[in-house]
Amino acid sequence: MKDSFILGDKEFSSRFILGSGKFDPSLIDACIKEANTQIITLALRRVGESRVENILNYIPKNITILPNTSGARNADEAVRIARLSRELGCGDFIKLEVIRDSKYLFPDNNETLKATETLAKEGFVVLAYMYPDLNFARDLVNAGVASVMPLASPIGSNQGLVMKRMIEILVSEIKTPIIVDAGIGRPSQACEAMEMGCAAVMANTAIATSSDIVMMARAFKNAIVAGREGYLAGFGSVKSKASASSPLTGFLRD
Amino acid sequence: MAYLEGMQDIGSEIMDEVLAARAEFDYAKFSKFDVLKAIEKDELSVRDFGALLSPAAAEFIEDMAQIAQAKTRAKFGNNINIFTPLYISNHCDNHCVYCGFSLHNNIKRAKLDESQLRVELENIKKTNLEEILILTGESQRSSVEYIGKSCKIAREYFKVIGVEIYPLNVDEYAYLHECGVDYVNVYQETYNLEKYKKIHLQGTKRVFPYRFNAQERALMGGMRGVCFAALLGLDDFRKDAFATGLHAHLISQKYPHAEIGLSCPRLRPIINNSRINPRDVHEKELLQVIMAYRLFMPFASITVSTRERAGFRDNAIKIAATKLSAGVSVGIGGHSEKTGDDQFEIDDIRSVDEVCKSVKDSGFYPLMSEYIYV
Repeated sequence: MKDSFILGDKEFSSRFILGSGKFDPSLIDACIKEANTQIITLALRRVGESRVENILNYIPKNITILPNTSGARNADEAVRIARLSRELGCGDFIKLEVIRDSKYLFPDNNETLKATETLAKEGFVVLAYMYPDLNFARDLVNAGVASVMPLASPIGSNQGLVMKRMIEILVSEIKTPIIVDAGIGRPSQACEAMEMGCAAVMANTAIATSSDIVMMARAFKNAIVAGREGYLAGFGSVKSKASASSPLTGFLRD
Repeated sequence: MAYLEGMQDIGSEIMDEVLAARAEFDYAKFSKFDVLKAIEKDELSVRDFGALLSPAAAEFIEDMAQIAQAKTRAKFGNNINIFTPLYISNHCDNHCVYCGFSLHNNIKRAKLDESQLRVELENIKKTNLEEILILTGESQRSSVEYIGKSCKIAREYFKVIGVEIYPLNVDEYAYLHECGVDYVNVYQETYNLEKYKKIHLQGTKRVFPYRFNAQERALMGGMRGVCFAALLGLDDFRKDAFATGLHAHLISQKYPHAEIGLSCPRLRPIINNSRINPRDVHEKELLQVIMAYRLFMPFASITVSTRERAGFRDNAIKIAATKLSAGVSVGIGGHSEKTGDDQFEIDDIRSVDEVCKSVKDSGFYPLMSEYIYV
């Protein structure tokens, strides 16, 4: 059975997205080869970082680059970075990150919404990093967002699904793909996010800070596939009491 | 010393809080238990930070290193920012007893004109750097207009421009920001008011509160980042490191968007005074300070300058430091034809290529720029 998800005009079979915050060529290589990653985020502020190194050279042509607006502190800056990304030939995809907090790097929902409204009208495929909030997610959808990307816990923290209940609510109420972005630290947490019905998981630090990047990339792939298949198969209900698989009353006649 | 005419008073409350906390900071009172409790925490309180700076923390230096390393990698990955300072003038109106540029120190003075500046910039550019820190002595002979014009020219060559100059008013920082400057370093030297008076004998630098509030004015002027430091060895280094960290912490709380940087300079010998040294701040104490900064502020960039030997810097990036200078000259015209003398003696004299190779050999990525101007 084909199981893919769509963003803009593209279809993806891999539900593991690699963040590039802790950019490392070996990390990119491992995630493409071992985790079948098809989407890699790219901070625009890292493009052309020097005349001898170009981050783009490490990303194969068949990979979809998801430029992000890392460094934007308000909607205006995010919009300008997105337009710059398009001018540089990075396409219409844009991962909105509007952050006014250097300590926890929490997204600013209000500014994110303003930027989404502008960019969606200009034809961008907007994936919005957000603090999980149902009303805000609805506003994003109304503004034309292609994907809602709630944080699971503070970025880079490896704390996992601290915001689990809020994300579950988003998954049940929002029809637009929900991609968990930030804080996923273990394959089991990625698996759990997929079991909840999220469309995809983004991770970076969990793999980048592992002592075996290759094996961890593979573990994430397997966990995401397992979680997705579990979600599609449907889970049995959880009961507080034992439920015998061979009923004691099966001998009764009509 | 009170504000002088023309110095903007922004009415900030942070200085009083820092000075009061520094006065009360009695590091001898911390126990091993306090240190262990602080090390285990994800979110350190100011008191925890104090514990990590105390003598009681010395025996836990390896434990601190393990945690500092994990926090650094989690936040910064394997990226190490590389930059170089460019001194454009060593004229100075201040008499600071520890500084090579001091008004009364008999050294060769110089100030780059535009053609000399361009030669310097072109030569630095050949090293593939993208970040440059423009420095001057603290003299009106280097006017704000001169500095602004120099920064504008530097922006033609480099992606990231910082300044380390005398403190300015908000509108002057806004002007420099328009000229392409994005971060400001102002070092308080020591947070001990009495000591500050004794070592700053002449010039506007004597106005302690105006200097103290410079980072805040820079942020009000639109700067993206600000950097803090005490010159370790001038006074009680534990108290000064504590005040530096608290100063940065309070600014971060008041301006959450600000990118916070910390530097850890130790005293170095200068021309005509080779006896100046960092006294009781040995490498172990310096590393303790650096790691305490990292555990207290995992998000802050930490610079270790060429005042330190190559071996120390190469290992500091494995634990907590995230920013290194390279190919450094602390004189005027040092990247082409030297016309002015140095501010202090440097230790790590490696070229940009050598520093980058060393960074790569350690498994890290020498990052030239991650700024975007919008």
